[in-house]
Amino acid sequence: MSKAAEAIADSQPPSKAKAATKAASGPGLATAPLKPPRPPTPTPATSTTELTARGSSVSSVSAKKDIVTSATTSMDSDDDFMSDVSSQDDFLDTQDSDNDSLGEDFGDLDGGFSDDKDLLTQKRKPYEVEFKVLNPADIEREQLAQISDVSAILGLPPESAAILLRFGRWKREKLIESYMDHPEVTLEDAGLGTNFEGAAKLETIPGFMCEICCEDGEGLKSYAMRCGHRFCVDCYRHYLGQKIKEEGEAARIECPGEHCHRIVDSRSLDLLVTNDLKTRYRVLLTRTYVDDKENLRWCPAPNCEYAVDCHVKNRDLRRIVPTVKCACSHEFCFGCTLNDHQPTPCGLVKMWLQKCEDDSETANWISANTKECPRCQSTIEKNGGCNHMTCRKCKHEFCWMCMGLWSEHGTSWYNCNRYEEKSGSDARGAQAKSRASLERYLHYYNRYANHEQSAKLDKDLYLKTEKKMTSLQSQSGLSWIEVQFLDTASQALQQCRQTLKWTYAFAFYLARNNLTEIFEDNQKDLEMAVESLSEMFEKPVPDLANLKVDILDKTAYCNKRRIILLSDTAENLKSGEWSFNVTW
Amino acid sequence: MGSQKRIAKELGELVQSPPDGITVELADESNLYDWKVHMEGPEGSPFEKGRFLIKLTLPTGYPFKPPSVSFATKIYHPNVTNDDKGSMCLGMLRPDEWKPSSKISAVLEFARQLLAEPMPDDAVEGRIAEQYKNDRKRYEEIARDWTRKHAT
Repeated sequence: MSKAAEAIADSQPPSKAKAATKAASGPGLATAPLKPPRPPTPTPATSTTELTARGSSVSSVSAKKDIVTSATTSMDSDDDFMSDVSSQDDFLDTQDSDNDSLGEDFGDLDGGFSDDKDLLTQKRKPYEVEFKVLNPADIEREQLAQISDVSAILGLPPESAAILLRFGRWKREKLIESYMDHPEVTLEDAGLGTNFEGAAKLETIPGFMCEICCEDGEGLKSYAMRCGHRFCVDCYRHYLGQKIKEEGEAARIECPGEHCHRIVDSRSLDLLVTNDLKTRYRVLLTRTYVDDKENLRWCPAPNCEYAVDCHVKNRDLRRIVPTVKCACSHEFCFGCTLNDHQPTPCGLVKMWLQKCEDDSETANWISANTKECPRCQSTIEKNGGCNHMTCRKCKHEFCWMCMGLWSEHGTSWYNCNRYEEKSGSDARGAQAKSRASLERYLHYYNRYANHEQSAKLDKDLYLKTEKKMTSLQSQSGLSWIEVQFLDTASQALQQCRQTLKWTYAFAFYLARNNLTEIFEDNQKDLEMAVESLSEMFEKPVPDLANLKVDILDKTAYCNKRRIILLSDTAENLKSGEWSFNVTW
Repeated sequence: MGSQKRIAKELGELVQSPPDGITVELADESNLYDWKVHMEGPEGSPFEKGRFLIKLTLPTGYPFKPPSVSFATKIYHPNVTNDDKGSMCLGMLRPDEWKPSSKISAVLEFARQLLAEPMPDDAVEGRIAEQYKNDRKRYEEIARDWTRKHAT
């Protein structure tokens, strides 16, 4: 009797080796990962642009342009506008933190400047969130406004207020409260100390020896912060340079003195280091500012230096998919900074991507080559030999052909003709069940992957669109404006495929209820519309002129279907109508 | 930068008035950056009566960069790697915790203190740390045994 069974542990997929992710070793050796340095920031002329995400219909695109120009032409009033916004946001921020209701976050934020708003947004769609884009100058201005504000309230020098704010992660109300309650403890914890006397200046003190380099020459210039730890200027400078340049530290540089936790303030720094270091220092500070603020995120696009301000909180991400669009035109999710993934919420996106990374290739292979042990459900690959299988894990003996008990095979070994037997059909039933879940996953994955692939192909097509548009112009006598419909169509295709792709991940986790049918209908409608637009789009250039009206109609229809689908899913998500077959 | 002056001064002070149970010398008279340190196991610890050779290496960026400490003598301790490197992991030697005004004498005293009182929560040898926490008697037995075998 030959035993020919191979139990494959779930954690070791045969076709795919998992990349081992090594955690940093012992606590003493781990260092925090640094964000790759952002390029120094030439301040672009654009100022804060208040935008709202919207579908890519022609009218909304032109509306957006209007906003940008109106905002850029009125620079003077813009500053007021800005500070207005930030102070109001602050107010709301602190309010929100005590309040769990979603309405607070997404309700009427625009009390102060509703005039602008009425012009800009007819009505926000259910899947859109309010946000604004900040350039580096805006971010710096926001910081300075808050620093001078706190400095005035607490009567501290601005450089100290800055340290206090950074220590408190810019939670202004909380900070002021804790300062009012125990000023000394708060200052000590923040690395400030209570002594604010004396100006920051370099001094030459007779008989001074620097503790770092042990130099004691006459006329040696030295510096000490208010903690009194005095070192020579060269050592101080070298120390700061190393912290800023090599370690990328700015907000929490401590005094070089042993066991001293005073934070080096910006005035001391200005006195000691060269201009390029000062610039780098500011860039680093701005970075920590954005990292610290819950309502700010960097745009993840390469080389983009804008940040987005949005008041969707992490806890809201179960009910909202906050897609934002940066001024660089990159659309991303404010919650997880991945590319736009509406209508699927961040938590499910993460699970789905993880699952795809782990599973899809493996699942395909498993589906084609293996069966499960009828008793313990271990996945088994038959590695040759006869049909008498012995599970390596649970020692269950069964027939590979009918999946029935081997003991019932009597003497008819090596030849299974017992298909209708009870034990066999039970085993096959259980197997079919587990297969079905695999097949279900593959169903959604294949459609998801297909749209991803098609979107890529459409993108290639998009690159050729301009060429198409040029040749269409010359062949049909249409003007440049008149051939823009191709560009619009190709953008709609991209966007709709992106949405469709994620509807499949969404559907995979969606538990059936009355609403899923509507969702699937919406999905089907959008899919059909997209496929037929895609087909028209691929027609040879001479036909395109005749198809113009059809393409325009279909583009509009696609966009409309997408809006309907997204609105429907977003509304149900917000009101908690969806139920999911996983916990997340 | 005057790192040589600083190192020479620290070396002079350590030779002149060495801390308890610690003697230092240069591994090579012409090189200020490699030190040989002999450390006596603290009394009352399983390393008592042991004499451990420690290599102290100063980076060229010293004192702005931290020195590194490694045991040339094998030692059974949660905070020293149990390999041919014998690296010791000290919080104060982490680049972001190191202060240029910290002194080598403080590092060595801290290291000796660590022999007396291991920090199992910052261990580099998880297995030994586990044993230190749960089966102190066995840990001390092995540590004493290793000390007798390797450090005397």
